[in-house]
Amino acid sequence: MIAALALFLSCQLLGETIARLLSLPVPGPVLGMLFLLAWLVVRGGPQESERRAAGGLLQHLPLLFVPAGTGVLLHLHRLAAEAMPIAVALIGSTVIGLAVAGLTLSRLTRAGRAGKIAAND
Amino acid sequence: MDASLIEGPAHDIWVYLSAQPLLWLTLTLVAYALAFAVQRRLHGNPAANPVLIAVALLSIILLLTDTPYASYFGGAQFVHFLLGPATVALAVPLYGQRQRIVAQAGPIFIALVVGSLAAALSASLIAATLGATPPTVASLAPKSVTTPIAMGISERIGGLASLTAVIVIITGILGAVMGSGVLRRLGVRDDASIGFALGLAAHGIGSARALQISEEAGAFAALAMGLGGTFAALTLPWLMPPLQRLLAAQ
Repeated sequence: MIAALALFLSCQLLGETIARLLSLPVPGPVLGMLFLLAWLVVRGGPQESERRAAGGLLQHLPLLFVPAGTGVLLHLHRLAAEAMPIAVALIGSTVIGLAVAGLTLSRLTRAGRAGKIAAND
Repeated sequence: MDASLIEGPAHDIWVYLSAQPLLWLTLTLVAYALAFAVQRRLHGNPAANPVLIAVALLSIILLLTDTPYASYFGGAQFVHFLLGPATVALAVPLYGQRQRIVAQAGPIFIALVVGSLAAALSASLIAATLGATPPTVASLAPKSVTTPIAMGISERIGGLASLTAVIVIITGILGAVMGSGVLRRLGVRDDASIGFALGLAAHGIGSARALQISEEAGAFAALAMGLGGTFAALTLPWLMPPLQRLLAAQ
């Protein structure tokens, strides 16, 4: 468990260092995710302890957004002043983003599978 | 008897505890545990989003006790810190789906480009059309991507980084609440596409929701979150200035 956490934090540390060193626009933890993925590919998969540690961290992922989310208190005035355009823009664009991404991927992968089956016939 | 003598000890304890991390860390966990229990009671209904309920509970407590957000964050930062290693840990479900991701690289790339642009451009256009001020429009553009990337983009295109942070969280909650319902109505039924849409439109909070659906949905959400953030960071600083000039000229 401790070794797995040390591995995750080391990947994050490497990510933060490289992001800063090369002034990349990608945050350290996202780069760290790529480094851990590369490490897992090289070693042929996660060990049981790594799988358990990842499960523990991800099982209650929503909890980790609560402190940042409570920061909404700092912006109540601006949110109230422009409530209508912000609310419509957020709801509208979230539905549009979900729909475009979900429909595109499901249609293209279904078309790909259908094409493969047709080619095998 | 002097009232301050009776109130004195309780007041002193409150002053002491409210400045310590213990109280706010405990309340953060209690609020989340309550929110999680509520969602469970409602059979996992996505509308009872645990982030939404916990944030609402804590906001009420902070407003009623007149506690500054900075004092609250002094305790909550220990939970906040775990976001970093949790993001790294998303590599584990991602690894489990590696073969499917490689096999579907083409469709994934196309869905990434059209989905990211649709979310960012529709947010800016709707807000500008309805009369939002230019800094608010700029703060809205990167709303679908993970907080640190979104704040960086917002600053570069004339937005307010801290407003973007809040907008990103609200977007995540909206995506997690509406996501599966919207996609089901559109006939999107495979977990990979549902997860990908949640991660692209609603970053980490969408990924957390996708992990509740299945490990496959969670893996595709993590993939979309990483790709979407990178794509937005590379394109929005170039795409937004001409759009902002166009909107200002109207």
